Amino acid sequence: MEYLEFELPIKELQEQYEKACQIGEESDVDVTNTCKQIEKKLNETKKDIYKNLTPWQRVQLSRHPDRPYTMDYINALCGDSFLELHGDRNFKDDKAMVGGLGKIGDQSYMFVGQQKGFNTKTRQYRNFGMANPEGYRKALRLMRSAEKFNVPVVCFVDTPGAYPGLEAEERGQGEAIARNIIEMTRLKVPIIVVIIGEGASGGALGIGVGDRVLMLENTWYSVISPESCSSILWRSWEFKEQAAEALKLTASDMKKQKLIDLIVKEPLGGAHSDRPGTFKSVANAIEKEYKVLKDLSPKDLVEKRMEKYSEMGVFKG
Amino acid sequence: MAWFKRTKKGIQTATEDKKDVPKGLWYKSPTGKIVDSEELEQNFYVSPEDGYHVRIGSKEYFEILFDNNKFKELDKGLTSKDPLTFTDTKKYTERLKAAQDKTGLKDAVRTAVGKSMGEDLVIACMDFSFIGGSMGSVVGEKIARAADYSLKNKIPLLIISKSGGARMMEAALSLMQLAKTSVKLAQLAEAKIPYISLCTDPTTGGTTASFAMLGDINISEPGALVAFAGPRVVRDTTGKELPEGFQTAEFLLEHGFLDFISHRRNLKDKVNLYLDLVLNRPLRNKVAS
Repeated sequence: MEYLEFELPIKELQEQYEKACQIGEESDVDVTNTCKQIEKKLNETKKDIYKNLTPWQRVQLSRHPDRPYTMDYINALCGDSFLELHGDRNFKDDKAMVGGLGKIGDQSYMFVGQQKGFNTKTRQYRNFGMANPEGYRKALRLMRSAEKFNVPVVCFVDTPGAYPGLEAEERGQGEAIARNIIEMTRLKVPIIVVIIGEGASGGALGIGVGDRVLMLENTWYSVISPESCSSILWRSWEFKEQAAEALKLTASDMKKQKLIDLIVKEPLGGAHSDRPGTFKSVANAIEKEYKVLKDLSPKDLVEKRMEKYSEMGVFKG
Repeated sequence: MAWFKRTKKGIQTATEDKKDVPKGLWYKSPTGKIVDSEELEQNFYVSPEDGYHVRIGSKEYFEILFDNNKFKELDKGLTSKDPLTFTDTKKYTERLKAAQDKTGLKDAVRTAVGKSMGEDLVIACMDFSFIGGSMGSVVGEKIARAADYSLKNKIPLLIISKSGGARMMEAALSLMQLAKTSVKLAQLAEAKIPYISLCTDPTTGGTTASFAMLGDINISEPGALVAFAGPRVVRDTTGKELPEGFQTAEFLLEHGFLDFISHRRNLKDKVNLYLDLVLNRPLRNKVAS
């Protein structure tokens, strides 16, 4: 398990705890009390640290190398029923954007999401979760197919941004994202969006327009990453903590601004510390939201969705 | 004269006197693996050593996909006319007759309806052995009628393409089958009935430029050639050497035109899994991929 800098006190206690238990096993010394004490302290420290996370710390958690990614969620939620579908029918199969059909319980869903890698090789293969235009077009193709057969859509958002490459521009990265956004505003089936990691700007919104937008507790969603914001506005990468603070990019900030609908709580220590627990709460949240949405007529569904997005923005006069 | 002494040179046996080895005792795959044909059949006509997917026809695909090989064949009687009285090195009518005699088929596609994993499925399967699986009026009409049957009875459609393209001997009549089949698929799409396109080795020319690429999902088998202009034409036209694996199913998957490639063994499971998922039905079988 990898620990972030602010998690070091937890690491220390965890190590102490393990050592104490080991001594207990290997010798006759009774360490039950010591163990209990350390465990108690460990839990308190955890609670303390995770209760008072700064926005930047949440950004770090959202990028934690052990954090579950889109396919982890899909496989956990659907098991054997998932059938991955590929291709944009135009140029390429984008490995940074995955999708396919699967069941949660008895209900079929079309899943779409950005996929990151878990080691150097797979990170490159997945292009660090940065989709190209063909990725957005693949996502749209799958969503349209879902609409045709009246299958609800679930989007998992986890991207540091759409890929800012030369060829991506040539093939119309902007157009691809724009097309997705407009089509998602009027898609005639329920769309449930879950931000599971990073929600960076247009790259996230390109699969992020939905009837219900959920954010996991330790994720971020904004118009730019704190680092890039710092480099542009402070003219240095050093001010990322301040930028993270200023952007109001955490789940609770986003909820307060009414830009998302719901926060999904993570286990103590973040999504990666208890994966099955995280998967379960995400599955429950999706099923619960779908239950409400499925009874709406396509017309009402689209109307409500359009209304919701029409109301976003703050101004005077 | 000694019995082993040959008086006449060369091979003297006339072609018609040559004895055929009972056909298909053994099969040799392109990489040189030899497999007993019975074993091949049991392995879904896939060479077990190198995974080579042997070209098979409608008979075998029906066997693989329909439960207990039970199905009702549709429009069995349709056969080609020779509207242009076409002659190349041979008269079209003669070519048709020869193909019919050789293959026992009426034309390059057979259509049927039956149960696959207990649910109705309409399958149109092309036969490459009949004039290169070429699409003329009969192929177009049979596919159109199969689509009509799907539409009328609300049964999903699977088209198994295996074709060199449009049939030259019916010229523009063949060409228009691209449009005709597409019309039917548009009607099917309008009615929201799933259509699966399975592109098998080889799927080229007019078929790729119409129904083969228009599935709700397009799928293929490992190593299948799927192309518009075949590799020889591309090489000759451009004068360029073609990259390894050009126009294979894997190439198409990478370039975004296929949803997935399935080993023939898993075909029935995967097709039915897709249908259960997209139609939001209870799953009939879990797939082991």
